[in-house]
Amino acid sequence: MSGFELLIQIIFPIIIGAGILLCLLRMLGGPTTVDRAVAVDTTTTVTIALLVLLGFVFQRYVYLDVALVYAVLTFIGAVAIARYLEGGL
Amino acid sequence: MVIAGAIITGIGTIFLFLGSLGIFRFPDVYNRLQAGTKCTTLGAFLTIIGVGLMQPDWFPKALLIALFILLTNPISSHALGRAACKTDVPLCEQTVTDKSQEFELCRRQDE
Repeated sequence: MSGFELLIQIIFPIIIGAGILLCLLRMLGGPTTVDRAVAVDTTTTVTIALLVLLGFVFQRYVYLDVALVYAVLTFIGAVAIARYLEGGL
Repeated sequence: MVIAGAIITGIGTIFLFLGSLGIFRFPDVYNRLQAGTKCTTLGAFLTIIGVGLMQPDWFPKALLIALFILLTNPISSHALGRAACKTDVPLCEQTVTDKSQEFELCRRQDE
């Protein structure tokens, strides 16, 4: 494995995974409910990018479909949570 | 093309990590929304476009995912910020102004 493949296949997913871990820490310790909702929203967006990158690493085209469906469901979920919190649902 | 895609993916990865660090470090809901939306949108866009450049067969679907994130991420973050404003989440201590107090639309409906 050359240094280039090492960078793409190991270093980049580890950096993104560290970001997901920070978001999950905020989700566990957020003071208010909106904090947790924001942390979940950010976590899902970062996870979509990680899914596409892992699809390139493992050479699986299906991961892009999974990322697309996850993006759609995440958007609907975030808007539903926001409408519920402001009392309009 | 692979080198260019790898560089773009690296920049996007750094943006994703910095956005998550902002989520962890910032003192307020609104600051966290700022970090967690802007940095994450640009980071996810660059990462997915970089993967599409490294694997040119996947470029149309990668562009579709990237455009979807670019369109829907501000909408969800705006909805979350509106919810935070309406449920009276307190601002942090260093806040200078709060323009939302002047508008009736930013108050909760059932008060």
